[in-house]
Amino acid sequence: MELHGIGVRFGGLVALEDVTLTATRGHVLGIIGPNGAGKTTLFNVLCGLIAPSSGSMTLDGKPLKPKPHQLTRLGVARTLQGVGLFPGMTALENVMAGATGSAGFLSALLGLPSSARSERVLRESARARLDEFGIAAYEKAYPATLPYAVGKKVALARALVTRPRYLLLDEPAGGLSEEEIAELATLIRTLRGTCTVLLVEHHMDLVMEVCDEVTVLDFGRVIASGAPQEIRDNPAVADAYLGVAA
Amino acid sequence: MERFAFLTFDGLANGAVYSAFALALVLIWRAARIVNFAQGAMAVAAAYAAYAVTSATGSYWLGFAAALAGGMALGVLVERGVMRFTSHSAPLNQVIVALGLVLTIQAGLGMLYGNEFRPVGTPFSRDAIDVGGVPLLSQYDVFVFAAVLTIVLLLALLFTKTSTGLRMRAAAFAPEVSRLLGVNVGGMLTLGWALAAGAGAVAAMLVIPTELGLHPHAMDLVFVTSFTAAVIGGLDSPPGAVVGGLLLGLVLSYVSGYLGSSVTPIAAFAALLAVLLARPQGLFAASKARQA
Repeated sequence: MELHGIGVRFGGLVALEDVTLTATRGHVLGIIGPNGAGKTTLFNVLCGLIAPSSGSMTLDGKPLKPKPHQLTRLGVARTLQGVGLFPGMTALENVMAGATGSAGFLSALLGLPSSARSERVLRESARARLDEFGIAAYEKAYPATLPYAVGKKVALARALVTRPRYLLLDEPAGGLSEEEIAELATLIRTLRGTCTVLLVEHHMDLVMEVCDEVTVLDFGRVIASGAPQEIRDNPAVADAYLGVAA
Repeated sequence: MERFAFLTFDGLANGAVYSAFALALVLIWRAARIVNFAQGAMAVAAAYAAYAVTSATGSYWLGFAAALAGGMALGVLVERGVMRFTSHSAPLNQVIVALGLVLTIQAGLGMLYGNEFRPVGTPFSRDAIDVGGVPLLSQYDVFVFAAVLTIVLLLALLFTKTSTGLRMRAAAFAPEVSRLLGVNVGGMLTLGWALAAGAGAVAAMLVIPTELGLHPHAMDLVFVTSFTAAVIGGLDSPPGAVVGGLLLGLVLSYVSGYLGSSVTPIAAFAALLAVLLARPQGLFAASKARQA
């Protein structure tokens, strides 16, 4: 996945300017920067929620003009800041909604066998994901009753149930305890190799631990990019970000 | 006692129709946060389509199929052609547009078919069958129950057991998130309107022969009553709409039987008022609290 010279303007405000970055296949790319640096805007551009005013993107070497509802077909999944689950649906149904089955409307309405089968496959793969994350016990629970960390896992399971080749994680560690963050780090590491992960995160230890490369945004511009250690030692980054954080 | 039994069955038969119509209102409310005030007029238009087809072919069932198909097509048309372009900035916008649709449809039907009542036949006898010497319900009442039950079961299956239903619910709860998960939110919305309008059309087909007959305003009072039923049920709850419809059917039947039919419309509003005062979130608000 490559971005070339992406720019986004909201009226007079420059949200992103000339952002170029490459997510290497199977790597974990961290995207960090102070609040308002444009990290989530970048994700929204990648998802087609915001049209960039300049620049271009490619996915697997092909030009990418993303439309949100076609993302899963392209193998791209995303989690949102916070939890973002469907409130009136159980944990299992939430995960199933991520793996929208291909059963046609008419066959589903008539309850044809093919639809019942795909329905069952959908349910089983969703259940398997919950089981993998050790939260199968919550499958019938509604989001409002879930502990925060479990809700986050359900959201992650929902994103992963399509077996995406690209996963965009928007602040997955937000609101989690140290122990839960360690669990998250383990999970991200297991994805490495099979899935290209773009990780927007404020939790520096997590970023430094799991990322292969890190790109730093500040006021919508890329100010540094490289291996985690290089970023840590980069004085410009310390000024813009770590300095502010400290 | 005989009278009570008769009124109970009669009330349930009317209530079943209110249930189906209320269910249609709830479907659109859940999908789009719009109370479709045009639903009565849209359903009447579908019933006129049935009338035209039945008159031409002599077959009630071809007419019934035409009402269902025509109703769904009208639902798609209204959503794609009108509601999609209505601004969501204020809830009143959609209400005004829907009321405009009511006037347009009813005036159009009046111009095409005239403003007199047209008698409509039923496929089954409306003579009440005696059970133990008490005339309880007719074959047609049984047909009404069966038709409404079919609608309710099909919709329940669709929403709880199919991925299409799951996508429709997801799209209603959080359109943006659903879009990111690959759900065609616009398509789901159109489907919701089509299903609701189809259910509304069937309800009109069921109730119009039991009243004065086909007329551009034939569904006006049914709409008010069903809207009340939907509010009683909590507006957000499909089971609530069904129970609300049946309850209201019973209450109105007892009122009309014991106090006189002129009191019935007032009783509908009194029931609405009572629910809004005592339990404004509706009787079936549990599911709503769960969503919070």
